[in-house]
Amino acid sequence: MKLIIAYIQPHKLEDVKTALAAADVGKMSVTNSLGCGAQQGYHESYRGVGFDVNLLKKIRLEVAVNQEFADKTVKAIISAARTGEIGDGKIFVLDLAECIRIRTGEKGHDAIG
Amino acid sequence: MNHDLVVNRLRKGFVLVLLFMMLASLAVAEEAVVDPVTAAIEAAKEEMQSNINIVWTCIAAFLVFFMQAGFAMVEAGFTRAKNAVNILMKNLMDFSIGTLAFFVIGFSLMFGANKGLFGWDGFGLSGVEGDGSDWNWTFMIFQTVFAGTAATIVSGAMAGRTKFKAYICYSVFICALIYPIFGSWAWGGLLNGGGWLENLSTPFCDFAGSTVVHSIGGWLALAGAIVLGPRLGKYGPDGKAKAIPGHNITLAALGVFILWFGWFGFNPGSTTVGDGEIGRVAVITNLAAAAGAIVAMIISWTVGKKPDASISLNGALAGLVAITAPCYTVTPVGAIIIGAIAGVLVYFSVIFIDNVLKIDDPVGAVSVHGVCGAFGTLSCGLFNAEKVLGIGDANGGLFYGGGFAQLGSQLAGVGAAFAWAFGLGMLMFTVIKVTVGLRADKDEEIKGLDIGEHGMEAYAGFQIFSST
Repeated sequence: MKLIIAYIQPHKLEDVKTALAAADVGKMSVTNSLGCGAQQGYHESYRGVGFDVNLLKKIRLEVAVNQEFADKTVKAIISAARTGEIGDGKIFVLDLAECIRIRTGEKGHDAIG
Repeated sequence: MNHDLVVNRLRKGFVLVLLFMMLASLAVAEEAVVDPVTAAIEAAKEEMQSNINIVWTCIAAFLVFFMQAGFAMVEAGFTRAKNAVNILMKNLMDFSIGTLAFFVIGFSLMFGANKGLFGWDGFGLSGVEGDGSDWNWTFMIFQTVFAGTAATIVSGAMAGRTKFKAYICYSVFICALIYPIFGSWAWGGLLNGGGWLENLSTPFCDFAGSTVVHSIGGWLALAGAIVLGPRLGKYGPDGKAKAIPGHNITLAALGVFILWFGWFGFNPGSTTVGDGEIGRVAVITNLAAAAGAIVAMIISWTVGKKPDASISLNGALAGLVAITAPCYTVTPVGAIIIGAIAGVLVYFSVIFIDNVLKIDDPVGAVSVHGVCGAFGTLSCGLFNAEKVLGIGDANGGLFYGGGFAQLGSQLAGVGAAFAWAFGLGMLMFTVIKVTVGLRADKDEEIKGLDIGEHGMEAYAGFQIFSST
């Protein structure tokens, strides 16, 4: 089992959801996040006083999948979130030790399903 | 004894006084024409009435000014958080720039002595004395806030994707040229002017501006939204319209209540006379707004399964816009019917513009102000009941036996307003597009115009960004 964590541009979320659905991946959780990386921040000003904002708004997308789905999921995310410009985001793929469905107590492969 | 004597003398004295007064009054009656007392009373009454008119018209103007706050809240609430600063700046600037443009040029084109197609004198109130009783000052502030209302309608339809610079250019044109010239055709005679619409054999009827103010704003908004194109993400690859929910329905509702409140200046204030008609026009206005809100709610409930707040709020505005032209000349029953029809109209118009015409109007400005303004103006030709109300010799409305004459004049006015505002609007926004540029660039639109255009956020410190 793998846990796939992707940081993407907020406005790409709809496209990514569509691409994942097309790849038969229908389960995910999404949170707002702030972060900084290669993409520089931007400049704001308030009543004439300027300041830099370098924590940018991103979407954190988490998908837990069985081994055979890991590649498909990563490819779907890339195909939808990629513009070719700095700031497109990153994908982390982690080994997932266990997964338990709370309602039924199922574990592992069945629980992710 | 003594007491009786005193009483007797008093009686005699009283009779004498009475006799004297009767004689005096007879003498007065003979020369009544030049009686100074009556004349003085009449003059005082006249001055009092004129002052009451000025006070009422000014209060009404201040109420209409407050509608700017209403528009700002409605538009900010119905659009996304990332564009809130931009919407507020547009509302602030279209009124501020519009005020100067209307003072210097617009007012004269609208109400100056007509030199052909529009008025042309008294620029910047030149020649008007500082005497506080001069009606021109009162009339200027009253008409300025009306021009500001027409100007601010457009910002909602162009929300979330317009370059701020381009919007400033537009603000000058509407209050200096587009609004005043059409206004001179219908309302010039309120002061020194006089235009072709009010001089038709059956004069065009638009009491407070369903067409002159709201349709003009609405059709310009339509032109702006067409030239701009839809917001990114509004239409999917299959061309289907997607919902882009507003970020604050609380603010939008506050805005609608402020507008409703301001409308008690907009319509009853347009009598510019402080008498009992204020109450009558206020009742008519209120009935139409209430009917519009209820009917829009019922339709959203039956068609969309839930009573939709944003549609119901738009319904109240639709009723208000529709009753603006006929508010002086229709009965309470007429007002309820007009408001109700506007409530139906706004629902289907929003859906039609969104899904069939595929024009992105984030706050429904074209439906509320353009479509319902045109309908309200036409409704004068259907529901006018001057004789029933005791304010005229004959009913103008078709449904009250007035024939088609009034309806014909209304059609002429509505058609002229569309041709003028939509035609000039398309031209103006296209010229702005090729010169200063109309649309913000893609990155800026995605990030939000607040950061791109103004370098700040409306809700600094809050993590409320969405995925759209």
